[in-house]
Amino acid sequence: MSTATSTAKPNTLNTVQAVNMALDEAMGLDPNVIVLGEDVADEQEGGIAGVTKGLSTKYGKSRVRSTPISEQAIIGAAIGAAIVGMRPVAEIMLMNFTTVCMDMIVNHAAKLRFMSGGQTHVPLTIRTMTGAGFGTGGQHSDYLEAWFAHTAGIKVVAPSCPADAYGLMLSCVFDDDPCLFIENMPAYWAPGAPPEKGVRIPLGKANIVRSGGDVTVIGYSRIVSDCIAVADKLAKEKIGVEVLDLRTVSPFDEEAILNSVGKTRRAVIVHEAVTPFGVGAEIATRINKALFGKLAAPVERVGASYCPVPFSKPLETAFVPSQAQIEAAVRTVLK
Amino acid sequence: MKSVYVDIYRRMTLIKQNDERFRAVIKLGRIISPYYPVRGQEAIPAAVSANLTNDDYICTIYRGVHDMLAKGVPMRALWAEIAGKATGTCKGKGGPMHVTHPATGVMVTTGIVGSSMPIANGLALAAQIRGEKRVAVAYFGDGASNIGAFHESLNMASLWKLPVLFVCQNNGYGEHTRYELATSAAKISDRAAGYQMAGVTVDGNDPLAVYAAAKEAVERARSGGGPTLIEARTFRFFGHLLGDADNYMKKGEKEAAMANDPVPKFRAWLIANGHATEADLAAMEAGIEKEIDAAVEFALSSPNPDVAELRRDVFAHELSA
Repeated sequence: MSTATSTAKPNTLNTVQAVNMALDEAMGLDPNVIVLGEDVADEQEGGIAGVTKGLSTKYGKSRVRSTPISEQAIIGAAIGAAIVGMRPVAEIMLMNFTTVCMDMIVNHAAKLRFMSGGQTHVPLTIRTMTGAGFGTGGQHSDYLEAWFAHTAGIKVVAPSCPADAYGLMLSCVFDDDPCLFIENMPAYWAPGAPPEKGVRIPLGKANIVRSGGDVTVIGYSRIVSDCIAVADKLAKEKIGVEVLDLRTVSPFDEEAILNSVGKTRRAVIVHEAVTPFGVGAEIATRINKALFGKLAAPVERVGASYCPVPFSKPLETAFVPSQAQIEAAVRTVLK
Repeated sequence: MKSVYVDIYRRMTLIKQNDERFRAVIKLGRIISPYYPVRGQEAIPAAVSANLTNDDYICTIYRGVHDMLAKGVPMRALWAEIAGKATGTCKGKGGPMHVTHPATGVMVTTGIVGSSMPIANGLALAAQIRGEKRVAVAYFGDGASNIGAFHESLNMASLWKLPVLFVCQNNGYGEHTRYELATSAAKISDRAAGYQMAGVTVDGNDPLAVYAAAKEAVERARSGGGPTLIEARTFRFFGHLLGDADNYMKKGEKEAAMANDPVPKFRAWLIANGHATEADLAAMEAGIEKEIDAAVEFALSSPNPDVAELRRDVFAHELSA
């Protein structure tokens, strides 16, 4: 078949490849970029999902280090290197494992700039994966972003697709503040459009992924794809759903949210974390404060069930917010 | 007056006299601050620091003004920080538990037991990757050797041959609990063996012993030989936190330790061995006292930080009001 008439699928890549590409590019650009974490070197297969595959071979074992299973030591080493000018990318394999190094993340990485009066800062990126769907149960699947968003001094980034993962990762690595970068594990291998090479996506800026005039659905991370599916379905009923992908959970793009909801007068916030005290509560409050008299309906939140992530497949499926729940919330605010 | 011994004594005197003044000024209410006294522990950072330069890093802890002063943090900025003033090392935003002064290598002061060690590893890692000859020192107390971060850090440092000194200032008490009631190891330095690391216990009140142990450890670190665990045994004269009634201590224990005060003991040794004269040392002590007068005055007369500082240094960009 000739090239001219090729029916080959357009070039796609997945999030594993996208993050790998961003790390490769960052390491090539700046010798201060180092990677450390459990199993990240090639001898250990470049991470359990292969996100760091090839980097130790290309940049050497000094800059790409497989570590002991010692999360405090991993983040501590990354912080120490960061305050003297390196740009470490430290992997805490699973988001639940941040619980064993919260002291390093919250008391140190997030606070050293402030406590030192700006004399030191921590240009550290912590990569971590999570998400229900693989039957990994109560200690391997949680979305804990609200804890970190509640801590002043650390940014929380949660890409929804491979191209965003690439552009946001590059921004995190070269940002002068600590960033927690959340990768959704079940969506790791979902193909997406390739990114534009070298283009960094700014932190703190949301992205309108579907335009619509009737209701704003705000989300981040994998679940944005469910929001898009709902928007596309409702478009057939001539319901205009605007989907706003936050990209950065903290600090979030309040201006973009208020612009969109100011227009649609209705908002639904969707996240895979449990609903109570979640990111949705903060966003809903900001919307209420700014647009109270203009809203056509109370803000709706869609989140996971308020329980630990269950193992059994039917329970796990019921735990994660579904497209049906998102759709129902949209219909509620349209009533 | 050029000998290293006199230099160590100068650092010890700096610590002793500043500690005396901190306690006095805070007790008078002229400065409001929690304060963790360091009297009795002078010899350790004084003798360790005599082996270091400004290019070498330290991470210290809430009981850390001795480590800071020994490393060279200027007194005026230190006093102003403890007074919470805009002229302090950290603009008054850190306080005594978070003093930072990169120009003298004081990179982190932590209020969390055990957290100096993982970060010191990172400072050493940066030096190693960059091929620099710097070393990093993590100071911590005996209580910190029972927290997980100690074990994770020693293991990683040994595995990667990081240029670190883990300096445990074993003052016999973790907060109010006696060493024997909290620590299963007879000696903290015994724990080094489990990490294939050099470990040594020295008399922390003997500056010569600490100096020799630190010298060997610094040479090992600079030459790529990896980390060392130094346990320096000492005693804190004024309890955990200023105002501590010491009721948990054994009767007579503190008095015995104070009778063995390392500062006057070393002073007498210097004179007896011809390293300095009484007049030399008296002049040095008087000079330090004058500098402290000026530092206290500077701190008390300095302006408070602007409230706008609440929005600065949270992130690289200033937060909106």
